[in-house]
Formats: sequence, C-alpha cells, structure tokens
Amino acid sequence: MSAIIGSKKIDFSEEQGMLLDVAREFVKDKSPGSEVRKLLESEAGFSQPVWQELVDLGWTGINLPESVGGSGLGIAALIPVIESMGKGLMGTPLVSTVLAAELIRRAGGVSEEDVLEDISGGCAATVAYLDGSDWGGANAGVTVDANGVLSGTKFMVPDAAQAMWIAVVGSNAAGDKVVALVAGSDVAAQAHESHALIDLTKRAETLDFTGVKAQRVLSGDKVTSAIRDYLLIGALLTAAEAVGSTSACLAGIVDYLKTRKQFGKLIGSFQALKHPTVDIYVGMEHARSLVYHASSEIDEGPLSVEAEVACRMAKAKASDIIQYAGDRSVQFHGGFGFTWECDSSLFIRRAAWSQQQFGDAMHHRKRLAPLLLDS
Amino acid sequence: MNATDPSLQNFQTDIDKWMSENVPKNPGFLLPLTFLEVGTEQQLDFLREWQHTLWSAGFLGMHWPTEYGGQGADPAYQGIVDKALGAHNAPIIFNTIGLNWTGPLLLDVGTEEDRQRYVKNILTGEEIWCQGFSEPDHGSDLGNVQTRAVRDGDEFIVNGSKIWTTLGNYADHMILLARTDTSTARKYDGLSFFLAPMKVDGVEARPIRKVTGEFGFNETFFTDARIPTSCLLGDEGGGWRMAMKTLEYERGVIAGQASAHSMQSIGLEDLMNAMHDFERDGAPILEDAMIRDELVKLAIEAKANSISDRRAGIPALNTDYPFGIALSNKYRHTEYARRLKMMGAHVQGAQGALFMDDDRAYMGGFWQRAYFANFGTTIGGGTTQIQANIIGEHVLGLPKS
Repeated sequence: MSAIIGSKKIDFSEEQGMLLDVAREFVKDKSPGSEVRKLLESEAGFSQPVWQELVDLGWTGINLPESVGGSGLGIAALIPVIESMGKGLMGTPLVSTVLAAELIRRAGGVSEEDVLEDISGGCAATVAYLDGSDWGGANAGVTVDANGVLSGTKFMVPDAAQAMWIAVVGSNAAGDKVVALVAGSDVAAQAHESHALIDLTKRAETLDFTGVKAQRVLSGDKVTSAIRDYLLIGALLTAAEAVGSTSACLAGIVDYLKTRKQFGKLIGSFQALKHPTVDIYVGMEHARSLVYHASSEIDEGPLSVEAEVACRMAKAKASDIIQYAGDRSVQFHGGFGFTWECDSSLFIRRAAWSQQQFGDAMHHRKRLAPLLLDS
Repeated sequence: MNATDPSLQNFQTDIDKWMSENVPKNPGFLLPLTFLEVGTEQQLDFLREWQHTLWSAGFLGMHWPTEYGGQGADPAYQGIVDKALGAHNAPIIFNTIGLNWTGPLLLDVGTEEDRQRYVKNILTGEEIWCQGFSEPDHGSDLGNVQTRAVRDGDEFIVNGSKIWTTLGNYADHMILLARTDTSTARKYDGLSFFLAPMKVDGVEARPIRKVTGEFGFNETFFTDARIPTSCLLGDEGGGWRMAMKTLEYERGVIAGQASAHSMQSIGLEDLMNAMHDFERDGAPILEDAMIRDELVKLAIEAKANSISDRRAGIPALNTDYPFGIALSNKYRHTEYARRLKMMGAHVQGAQGALFMDDDRAYMGGFWQRAYFANFGTTIGGGTTQIQANIIGEHVLGLPKS
C-alpha cells in the first residue's frame, strides 16, 4: 500500500505464544490484587522470591544472545511477558533491566559480554538517562572525565536501588555522548534520593554520580544509535506494559458495569457508560496491534525507519488509551471510584506513569510527523 | 489456492493489463462513490454499461456456477479482480444488492427456479435489485417490521412502506421483509421474505434527496400491491432467518459475494495529494504544525485499523475477546473514514465552504461530498451507535440497553 501507511507486518511466533501463556499464568498466580496492594507499601516494590523465579524462567535474558546465557529470542519475545506484567500491575525491575541490557549490547562490544552475562543471570540493571523532565532534551549533563570519573546527577532513574549495573548516559570532555557503566555498589547510599511516584507499583530515584568512577566507558559511533534505539525500545516496552494495564482496567470497568445497579438497572445498560467503554476496548485493541506490529519490526541491529515509526505509533496510541481508560474507570465507578480502595486508583496512576515514560503521545506524534509526511 | 500459485500470478498480470485498457476514463460528471449514491439516469446508464463490460469479459461473479452466468472459478480470482478494480480506481460495480446479498442468498438457499430466473440477470446488470427491510418508524429495529402481506389465493396483498431503498426507483426486484402473521407469540415468527417485483401496480418508489443534495435512495410505498405467492423465499413465517442470512452477506460475515467493489475507497494518500494544493499562513499547508498533528493521528488510526484486521487472523493474539476485532470492523473503519473525509474538507480553507455546483469548488466538491456521503456508512447497515451496542454486549458482555 502507500508510503504513509507503510508496513503492516504482524508476526507472532510459537515462542511468543508460549511465553504469553506462561507469563499470564505466572502473573495471575504471583500478582493477585492483594499482593499488588501489599507491595505498594513495601520499600522494594516487588517480591524478591518472585524475581528469583522470574530469573529462573530465563526472562532476564530472553532478548540476549545465547553466548551470554540468554535465549536469543530478541525484544519480540519480551513483549508478551511485559504485557502480562502490565495486566497484573506486577512490580519488578524487569523493564529497567532488559532496557539496560539492550543499551549496553547496542553501545558496547564483546568486552561487555561479562556485564550482559550478569544481567541474563539475574542481576538487576537500569539506565540513568534523564537530566530533568525533558525526554527530548540532550540529557548529557553528566560528564565523564578522562579517568572515567563522573560528575552530575540523573533524574528519575527507575529501580535504581536494585541495580547492580547502571548505564549512565552522559558526555565526555570532547562533548561526545558516552555510556558509563557504573556498578551499583559504587554509588554511595547518600547519593540516592528516592522519589514519591504517582504509580506506587514503581520505584525510581535521583542519583548523584559526582565522584563515582565508572567500571568502563562506552563511546564512539555506536553509542548515538544505541541511545536512540534504547529510547524507542523503552517506548515500546512501556506501551506493551500499558496495553496490559489497559486491558485489566477495562475488565474492571466491565465487571462493575455488569454488577452495579442504579435506578433499578444494571449501569452497563446505560449507553452513556457502555459506549465510552467500547471506545476503550477498541483503542486498547488498536494499541495492542501496534505493539505487536512494532515487535515484528525490531531486530538485533540498529532500528529501521519502519521500526521507529512502529514504536512511536505504539507508544502514542497506548499512552492515549491508558489515560482514557484510567480516567473513565475512576468516573464510572462513581463515589467508590473516588476512593483509594477502588482499583481504579491503581490504573489512573499507572496511566500517568506510562504516559510520561519515554515521552508522551504528543512527543511521539511530533517525531512521527517528519517520518510520515516529509518523505 | 494461494497467491503464489502460478496461474493466479499470470492472472494478476492479465487483469492489470485489462484494467489499464478497459477501466473507463472520467466521464465528465461526478460518479457515485458508493452504490448508495446512484442518483441520475446518466450515472445509472454509465454504471450499467461498465458492469456489463466487466461481466462480458468474465470478471464478475467468477466463482459463481457457469449455469447462472459465472465462471465456476476459484474465489481467489474474483479477489484479484476486486483488488485490481480498487487499484485502478475503477468506477463502482453498482448492482450491489443483487451481486452481494441477493445473489449469494439465492445460490445458498434459493430454489433451482429462482436461480435460473434471477442470478444471471444480476450479473449482467440487466435487472437491478433493491432491499426492503427498514421502515420509516423503526430503522434499526428489524424485528418490528410492520409492512403487511396478506394472502389472497395465490397472491399476497402488500401494504406499508419501506425507507432507505437504495436504487429503489431503478430496481426491478426487491428483497422484501413483510409481516404475514400478526398473531405470533414472537414478533419474528410473523415475518416472511419475498423476492418481490417492483414494476407492478401499487408500488411507488419516491426518491429521497440526501444531505449531499443528490439522490440515491427512496421511500417505497406499497398500496394494495399484488405479488404472487411464488415470490416467497423460504417458508411463510420463516422470513427472519432469511433476513439474518442476508445481513450476514451484507456485513461480509460469510463469503460468496460477486464483487467487493461496491465503493470507491478514499484513503490517506488521497488526502496527502490534496495537501499539495493548499497553503496556510502563506506557507505550504504541510508545514503547519496543527495540520501535521491531525494527519499523524489519522495515520496512526489507519495503520492500527489495518494491522488489527490482520491480527484478527492470529488466534493466539485474540484469546481475551475472540471475535472483537471482526465485530468492531464497521465501527472502526466507517468512523475513521468519516474523520478522514472531514479533514479533506477542512484543509481547503475558504474553499471548503464551496459545494459541488460551484465551478471553483476544489475537485468539484469531492471531499465535501465524500464527507457527507460517508454518513451512509455510519448510519446504514446498523448505525455506529448500534454497532457500539453490539460490541458492548457481544464482545464485552455488557447488559442490553
């Protein structure tokens, strides 16, 4: 078809199908509502034994090559897992960890295989990317001197408290972008400042890296494209998680609309509630289609333009629909929806988190415009 | 049979060649974009001749049996023809109610006599069909049909009226749903289904002028019209089942249609082409940030729509709501098309206020008319709001409204 619509590829392998089945069951089993609620209040935000089970299932290495202990299935195989976790609002450092692995794999070389082995073996990792609130900014404010010593702080580093490896995006003396690999244990306790996040299933911190010496510093041409790809894959994984959360939010709305009576009628019979719920459903399916399309367009190498378009579309659509779903969920639950106890509070908070990770819908539409309209 | 079959590939080449030589050029007047919009004799004659040309070449109803005017070919061939018709921007194949609803229905459940009598003339375009389901007072509530057909010897006497009768003023026959029994416990059991003649006394089709200013459908009045009992399709009282089957063909739930080219599709590429002809703030309109965002939103929707359609064929990705994507097809596509066409009118600046009759109207008012005409698809065949009820109730399991 036309250039503007581009590829319509959507593949779903047998491995992905198996992972989807396994991950759904795993999340249903390990992350029931009561467990989600319990973990909201905990310091770590996730269960260490569950993380270990997930590591034993090989999920920290699904995307990594077999040479470093991974399964060699690529990002596509992670999508069903991340989507399922989103559905169960399961808190784990998995997204942060696999994104760090992707950035390191793409920016580094054979000498980084030991770090990737650590990660596929279950060491949590993360990327310190943001200098402040702007996903579209340079985010190169942390400097790395000739001895590999860092200076500066990074904002909202996800799962920083757990990370054994932190990939810090910064710049060197020449002003070129670099990725400094920092051991989590090299960052002093007082350099961690944890955030009070809107989504209580998540954890993030501001980290002051001043005076920390990197274990190694990755630089060169690959770094720029690796950072770009990290941002796109991050957007895609956030979208996958958001789609899962949206479907759970939708199920909650539908359940309420089927059981709650007002004026002697089930409220789901009122079209004022029914029709917006249908729009949530249709939007969720669209976002899900775009997510699996994007996963079909990503491979080992630098992301193609088609892959970039796909990731950005998936994130734009998923951001909008989870926001709408969470918002309507609170509203449609009426007085109960306004309370902390109602799970709508979890979804509207997840929506706010998902919208702002790796750029919101407007951020991605703005970047889609030249890709789609100016060719 | 699949697309890599060598005989299909050869056929693809042949059909492309045939289309480039035979698809009629612009006749100098606006043609209907859909079968709902045939409003003048001039358009009718043109489209009838075009359909006949396509059939004579053997490219219409290719998978229908040869004894009824088809080619007895694999359905894949007609699929290739339909795609080529779209790709070559060919005028529509207008006799849709015959070709896509009545024809397959008769091949499915009709008697041998019915098939001999009607099917070939549907393909050639010699006889035009219309549909008499909806009535003025209850458009979407088909079970409540009030048009009466009372048996009188070997005839039924029909009284009542039908509305939105597409092609009704030109049609030779109507698939008619009428009430033959008012005493049944279930309202559905009193309905019967007729292959009714239109050109008889007591049947009058009055053209309805549409929001575009054009004609295309009618209100059809029956005043003591007499139709033979042999016009019954199925049993007396068995009309509901036939009507539901017809709707399955109409909505594309089951295959067998003679040609899918009943509408000329307008896509994002057409809108992009229009972009080269307008400016905003003294600069090319494609540089306008607001316009760009609207176009990107449409592109996301278009892509999500078509990838979702493909995803419907992957069962493992449809376990939560197995038929949701298929059941939301009309809802998604027709509403997207409405927004797309509205945008085609918006981008024209002051020119967007001109309509078809103005010589300065952009592309003869193509976009304004396309936007208005698109309501035929968001209203006809079950409105968007009825579709939302269907999705809400049958996909999500919400209580009935």
